[in-house]
Amino acid sequence: MSTTKEISIGDIGSRGAEASTKLDGDKMALNVGPSHPTTHGVLRLIMELDGDLIQKCEPVLGYLHRGDEKIAENMTYNQFVPYTDRLDYLAPLANNVAYALTVEKLTNIEIPPRCQAIRVLVCEMARISSHLLGMGVFGMDAGAWTPFMYTFTEREKLYTLFEELTGARFTTSYTRIGGVARDVPDGWLGRVESFVDQLPKAIGEVEKLLTRNRIFLDRTEGIGEISKEDALAYGLTGPNLRACGIDLDLRKDKPYSGYEQYDFDVPIGTRGDCYDRYLVRIEEVLQSIRIIKQVIKDFPTGAWYAEDAKKIFAPPKEKILSSMEELIQNFMIVTEGPQIPAGEVYFEAENPKGALGFYVVSKGGGVPYRMKIRAPSFCNLSILEKLAPGHFLSDITVILGSLDFVMGECDR
Amino acid sequence: MEENLPFVIFERPRRLPPNNSMIDEDFTKSLLEKHSYLTQRDSVDWLTVECAPEKLVSFVQSLRDLEGFEILIDLTAIDHGEGEEFRYSTVIHLYSLVHRGYVRIHSICADNDKPAMPSVSGIYPAANWHERETFDMFGIHFSDHPNLKRILMWDEYPYFPLRKDFPLAGIDTPLPADDVVEVTQASVEPAPMMGGPFVSPNSGSMSDSEPRAKDESWTEKKGKPV
Repeated sequence: MSTTKEISIGDIGSRGAEASTKLDGDKMALNVGPSHPTTHGVLRLIMELDGDLIQKCEPVLGYLHRGDEKIAENMTYNQFVPYTDRLDYLAPLANNVAYALTVEKLTNIEIPPRCQAIRVLVCEMARISSHLLGMGVFGMDAGAWTPFMYTFTEREKLYTLFEELTGARFTTSYTRIGGVARDVPDGWLGRVESFVDQLPKAIGEVEKLLTRNRIFLDRTEGIGEISKEDALAYGLTGPNLRACGIDLDLRKDKPYSGYEQYDFDVPIGTRGDCYDRYLVRIEEVLQSIRIIKQVIKDFPTGAWYAEDAKKIFAPPKEKILSSMEELIQNFMIVTEGPQIPAGEVYFEAENPKGALGFYVVSKGGGVPYRMKIRAPSFCNLSILEKLAPGHFLSDITVILGSLDFVMGECDR
Repeated sequence: MEENLPFVIFERPRRLPPNNSMIDEDFTKSLLEKHSYLTQRDSVDWLTVECAPEKLVSFVQSLRDLEGFEILIDLTAIDHGEGEEFRYSTVIHLYSLVHRGYVRIHSICADNDKPAMPSVSGIYPAANWHERETFDMFGIHFSDHPNLKRILMWDEYPYFPLRKDFPLAGIDTPLPADDVVEVTQASVEPAPMMGGPFVSPNSGSMSDSEPRAKDESWTEKKGKPV
């Protein structure tokens, strides 16, 4: 005969909670990187773990340090343009434009509307290209492989367009001080337009796969939350700052290169977690499409470089080969560099990763005396020491993916 | 250190006309009146002031807490060259969401041999890495910095690369890992200056500084190498 006996097992929930907060195991040091797929480049993290919880995280930089600032002090302004490609190598065109705008601020040359429109166009295309990669690999970091395929298919189309415009897929080196390397080719604008027309469909596919995906939400929502105060204190910029709910977009706040003519919205997050950063990037791509359509609709005619900047922008090749004066002008610009007046200037552009700033000290002539590159990824990463502790080891992949940094500009 | 900072996010006037920075003459005048130790410098872009190092921390603190400069955008240094009376100076750029503008603060290091500057990383945690980088590249010591060590170069690196007397090619330096060096005999070697793209010094005639291939390093003035 069986008997039933009641026994008390207490409050299971509180026991479980107590067990999970009691961390008394040995601490373990874990090294991630510098060569690790999570770190998107050559970032190294030295972490102290208690079980699965991160207690301390120390980023180690410098594995991609090339001394760009020293190199810049030793060459003429135009010679440095190819080095800017290699800062944020996912959006080289935006870097080119930011650099050219900085140096042009020291001079008083007027950039014609067509050149400005070309620059806005390539900046926004670079933003789309960078965010497509950012979204794709972020999905991959969170365990979703397929969105990456969609975004990379679209990036490939963008690279074909870049190649047609600049002659290179990745290292574009498109701008010169006072203009751009060449005008847009015939029919190119139409091809850009048909590209942006079909892009929302691909973004929609990515959104279908990620935005309301239960696994993706579980891995990103509430993970890596950054408060407004922290975001400002650590100097975050770009989508990472806006995801925290701070309305700072230099295209709106300090419009450059004619951004004030275009109508677009700036997405702002509320929580500042990984999911918000993803949403902000998705929306920014759609806003970039809006800007591109407006630029193409009223594409200005006329000169595509500053024609009156005789000591800064080299004349077109057919003139160099047929006229003595233009030949001398070209020779001087190539050998001595564009003649930039003395002074100091700081300019930031709203790049896909954040505010890319150049601080140039000129003592006149064709070579800068000092150039500091303010890399957004460098500042965005500095919050990691504060952000990572308290998260699980598996979250660090998602946090790094959502910060969307590039070591090329971080280490310079 | 960065815990519990007294931090205020200022209410932003949203109806400013675009590109209308509120850092105008009135703002400049009142700022210079409030802080009499500042001197204004000419600038083509933003308000530029020069601040003595001993006043820097309190000035930056008041800019953040009272004037609404929430973001430390950039902190770097300039080497004005050997033989200058004051060789090093640091430059800070602050951005204000309220004023939609930047302010640039120059501070001159008094000592050329052991340049030092007070750290502002207690006010803006963003300055932490910028100051480490400035220390790494220029050897400027930031007093009261919580973790002043190299950030881009390795810890044992003996030189400060962005100083003007550091050669562009680099200097032969042993690698940090002794066990690797023992096996490979490798070291950091200076970059070849000829045949590379980065030969255009700041001074001298352009015919000397043109990039050229290794065997053509002679000109009319210099003899052909034997």
